[in-house]
Amino acid sequence: MSEPYIMLKDICKSFGSVKANNNISIDVNKGEILALLGENGSGKSTLVNMLSGIYTPDSGSIYIDGKPVSFRSPKDAISAGIGMVHQHFKLIDVFTAAENIVMGQQKNVITRTKKMEEKITELNEKYGLSIVPGKKVYDMSVSEKQSVEIMKILYCGADVLILDEPTAVLTPQEIDALFDILRKMKSKGCSIIIITHKMAEVLSISDRVTVLRKGESIATVKTSETTPQQLTEMMVGSAVSLEIERPKAELSEKPLLSVKNLLLKNSDNVPVINNMSFDVYGGEILGVAGIAGSGQKELCEIIAGLQKATGGDITFDGSSILGLSPHAILKKGISMSFIPEDRLGMGLVAGMSITDNVILKSYNRNPGPFLDRKFAKSLAQQIVHDFDISTPSVNHEVKKLSGGNIQKVLLGREIWLNPRVLITAYPVRGLDIGASYNIYHILNEQKKKGVAVLFIGEDLDVLKSISDRLMVIHNGEIVDTVDPETVTKEDIGLMMLGHSREEGDAV
Amino acid sequence: MMRIQVSKRAGMSRLADTLIRIAAIVISLLLAGAVMAVMGYNPLEIFSKIVTSTTSSFTRFSETINKTILLTTLSLGIAVAFRMKFWNIGAEGQLYMGAFGAALAAFGFPDLPAPLLLTLMALFAFVFGGIWALIPALIKAKFSTSETLVTLMMNYIAFSFISYLQYGPWKDPASLGAAKIARFSDNAILPKVFGIHAGWIITLVLVVIITILMKHTKLGYQIDVLGESETTARYAGMNTIKIMFIAVLISGGLCGMAGFMQASAVEKSITDSMSGGLGFTAVITAWLAKLKPPVIVIVSFAFSMLLQSGKSLQVMGIPSSITEILQGVIIFFVLASEFFINYKISFHKTAKEAE
Repeated sequence: MSEPYIMLKDICKSFGSVKANNNISIDVNKGEILALLGENGSGKSTLVNMLSGIYTPDSGSIYIDGKPVSFRSPKDAISAGIGMVHQHFKLIDVFTAAENIVMGQQKNVITRTKKMEEKITELNEKYGLSIVPGKKVYDMSVSEKQSVEIMKILYCGADVLILDEPTAVLTPQEIDALFDILRKMKSKGCSIIIITHKMAEVLSISDRVTVLRKGESIATVKTSETTPQQLTEMMVGSAVSLEIERPKAELSEKPLLSVKNLLLKNSDNVPVINNMSFDVYGGEILGVAGIAGSGQKELCEIIAGLQKATGGDITFDGSSILGLSPHAILKKGISMSFIPEDRLGMGLVAGMSITDNVILKSYNRNPGPFLDRKFAKSLAQQIVHDFDISTPSVNHEVKKLSGGNIQKVLLGREIWLNPRVLITAYPVRGLDIGASYNIYHILNEQKKKGVAVLFIGEDLDVLKSISDRLMVIHNGEIVDTVDPETVTKEDIGLMMLGHSREEGDAV
Repeated sequence: MMRIQVSKRAGMSRLADTLIRIAAIVISLLLAGAVMAVMGYNPLEIFSKIVTSTTSSFTRFSETINKTILLTTLSLGIAVAFRMKFWNIGAEGQLYMGAFGAALAAFGFPDLPAPLLLTLMALFAFVFGGIWALIPALIKAKFSTSETLVTLMMNYIAFSFISYLQYGPWKDPASLGAAKIARFSDNAILPKVFGIHAGWIITLVLVVIITILMKHTKLGYQIDVLGESETTARYAGMNTIKIMFIAVLISGGLCGMAGFMQASAVEKSITDSMSGGLGFTAVITAWLAKLKPPVIVIVSFAFSMLLQSGKSLQVMGIPSSITEILQGVIIFFVLASEFFINYKISFHKTAKEAE
């Protein structure tokens, strides 16, 4: 085979003292899918951002078709045929698909709608997409929006597609559809780089994998010649077990947390949470699966007292807590902990030290107007020690810690309070594998102690392995609560789209 | 070819941070000196005049301290609100209303024994200044208005109100036509301690109290958390509205105290020009001191020297605006130094091949 089509050679890029990319080289052929695998902070996004013209490398060179290029802006990259689909879509909600697609590349003042639509239809057929040009973005599902992003790139004739974590927001069915499109593009000669940290996807879609770790490329291997175990070890740098435990624990007699007919309507009077009822017992982990934005955030915040519900009831160990502020819940002596999705924005004070953060919920325990600084310091030292938080000192600002350590500060603080109910929303989001397993372990320990754990998750494999029961929600409603040991991922996927299991077969 | 790259710093030692700030002040003095030289003055002479004209004689020194007292107390008040990210720029108004409160007490009970009357005046000043600040806080809590605008506008109301009193109902008939409010009774005037009015003791006590409040009390902690993130404060079960009201009350109360000291010790009455615009200068001094009470004292003293020396320079035939230039340059450089503290600038040769 001749020269690879795209080649990045010895790329270096630093941010401050952090070397995000250190002498990384990758290459992609025409008609090939390359997976970039690596933990958070390993430099994947930085690398592709240089290929798409968002960053410029400190040193190293980029070749397309053997010729060296240098991009000053994403526009340069696009005109060289390179397009990127970002993790967060860059679409204008009130515009139609077609308007978003042609945005920024119109040469004529007058839009030739018909010609444009013809071209979209043609591309639809060619790559197996199904974009309705006149549909407004706000009416689209997440996967439709993603298709528009892909079309945007195809429309301007690019033949190199970069996808940054494209599957994070999709259901299993949508992922399959996306992969079909990608395979079709590959067969038409496109080069595709896909960033992901999900092993199963790497194996199913890519031809070759480049593994990055801490800003360096560890190895590039043929997908057909590798195993998940091998890839994980390259990614983490040491052998890890991919098993998540599900220890048995004794269930409490009565549910500790009970949600009955919970209803929340938004300002347009549309239900965000619709008639939800469920119980969580002490000594179990109730997993919650659902597409992002199905009411998870609202559910957690209502339970924690941060949002007001429209109707229904929530009881904690028999007494109603609905409508109480976090302040009132705390005053009642109710021991409930909420590990929010937004760690630095809600759970912690980003600009304050570990010490100041660990006392956030216990600073008021001593009488009198003064803070107990001694207690604060010893608590911080204890949590740093017990949870093995790596930090130069307890006076270090939390925002300067790594994601895993930030989460440990938050979990450590909440667990120190000895909660009876623990609500966690996406507790391992953004954490590397080692840190994630650490968190799973901590949650299991809590369960063994008899704590009722509500686990809002996104990775179905994890939810299936850690939950004792798994509740699937769609559009603010509970579709079904299933036994995670017997249910299949595909069934969960269908339920996440709103089909109950019985009708699942008909779809 | 060279390429300039700006990147965020990971962290910086306290020493380096301090050095950069000192360097900023030194550079600003050098630059201001250059401006003076261009204008045909000897910078060294002007700098030494700024120092000597404000500290060389006891009268001059005490004048400077009088300003420092006012500026420090106002800055303290502003700092309490700013720590919470409540942008109180209504120190002027709170000062005037505090002075008004003190005057009410002074005119209402002129024959009370001095310690009692002065305490009463201080109390009135604190409450009036506090309430004046509380109004924008209430409106903010109720209608989510911007406190920056409302506190600013409240200044003009307070100022006009004092003017109205001065030219209207409180005009002293004994002043023979001049629009003046009557002098306080002797019992209402702060005594001197070591030749300077007792306000300096009050101010130092306030500095200590506010330092303790911010560093060692639950309220100070709550204020800091609320300033960093309201969501986190709510999440942690804090009563955010109550905390805001208390902090704003303290903030306005301190500015009111400044009004009391100025009225009682310096003006010995109240006038519609008694603040000298220091309520706005205090925003700058509080900010330059990074909202830290002990640093506020130092910055306030330095600024008082600059403000005070303007007049003396004018007498020597040097425009007093020189000191304003100096102030501006210092502020500019110190603020700009923030950039160098947070970011690193590095130079790269472009298109350098690896190896």
